[in-house]
Amino acid sequence: MRVELTDAQWLSEHAEVSIEELAELSGLSPELLRELVEYGALVPINAQVPTNAETAQWSFTADCVVAVRSVGRLREDFDLDANALSVALMLIERIHGLEAQLKALRSQFPALRVKR
Amino acid sequence: MKYKDYYEILGVPRDATSDAIKKAYRKLAHQYHPDVSKDPKGEEKFKDVSEAYKTLRNPEARAAYDKLGSHRPGEDFQPPPEWGQQFGDGQFSFEDIDLSDLFAGLGGGGHGGRARGGKFPIPGQDYEVTAPISIEDAYRGTELDLNLSVPEYDGLGHVRRVPLAFKARIPKGVTDGERLRLPGKGGKGLNGGPNGSLYLTIALQPHPLYRAAGHDLYLDLPLTPWEAALGANVEVPTLGGSVRLKVPPGTNTGQKLRLAKRGLPKRREGEGDLFAIVQIVVPTSPTEREKALLKELADASHFNPRASFPTGDGK
Repeated sequence: MRVELTDAQWLSEHAEVSIEELAELSGLSPELLRELVEYGALVPINAQVPTNAETAQWSFTADCVVAVRSVGRLREDFDLDANALSVALMLIERIHGLEAQLKALRSQFPALRVKR
Repeated sequence: MKYKDYYEILGVPRDATSDAIKKAYRKLAHQYHPDVSKDPKGEEKFKDVSEAYKTLRNPEARAAYDKLGSHRPGEDFQPPPEWGQQFGDGQFSFEDIDLSDLFAGLGGGGHGGRARGGKFPIPGQDYEVTAPISIEDAYRGTELDLNLSVPEYDGLGHVRRVPLAFKARIPKGVTDGERLRLPGKGGKGLNGGPNGSLYLTIALQPHPLYRAAGHDLYLDLPLTPWEAALGANVEVPTLGGSVRLKVPPGTNTGQKLRLAKRGLPKRREGEGDLFAIVQIVVPTSPTEREKALLKELADASHFNPRASFPTGDGK
């Protein structure tokens, strides 16, 4: 079997994606993504630019791809509408933040075992 | 092909109404959906539940499934020969596919019905995989061997399971939970549609010495009471080799001594820090001489570590 080497791309807060790219990566329509932005669940990098939601050239940090993809799964698997999805997205982000904090705290907790 | 009892998986009778099937599915989805559930086996269970529901919710796929008759779960069985016709030519083999793949062409099954042959471009499926890597690999960067088994469709909607093996270059600087995307490494697109992507989630494996928090590392530093009280110069292992660390006199348990830039490298530039967390350790079976010296210290010292406690008998 041919084994080829592939370079991995980062989905970090440093990379940017457009609303069209985010739609392609997440399987959600640009219209639904615009709704999520309007509900405040999805925050574009250039959110402060006052503009019409229909035509805004928003971009997003690439790390939101992951959360938006799980929103896509939730929509598919639970039949949720944009309003329910935006609540779910906000809660998912909060849980991710809390899990990261918990992990950081746990790693500072001494795990020393004294041999007897 | 292995038989799966979709009705049993959803816990409904074979004559259940579509409403009852939907209700049963939703209840199980709440319980096992990987984005909602904390059950470590949830993802596996949800796959079955979702596969069962995607077939049974579609009347056409459900009727086709019912035609297969009832078998024991896991039993090997051959679909009736006319199924081969439906899926193309007579050469078609059922050996190397999953039951769900069979219904994908009818708008059911596990893959969203995208296998129905047509001339419009269909993008390939995305896959998500957890990549367990060691802290050493995150420090240096690594090449990860990935072996997957994925369904592959041809232009006529035929499907077969194919092994997929490749190496992914994991750059140095990844942290726990980091997401990486391998474009074009998901399912193959059809009729000129783009290939899907493979999403990797980095899972740093537990390390005997270090615990990672982002790019920072934490290490327990055991010290004797006299090293902590008098100060010491101790050797500390780091990912880049051992370094000497100066422990100042009067160091206490829980204090963090920072070794700047000795953590994990960051993506663009710079490194996290390594924190040595002081743990004062006493000998559990001291020698007679040690005991005598500690006794002498006890008699001579007026140090009270519990000065902040209320005095008296607690009344």
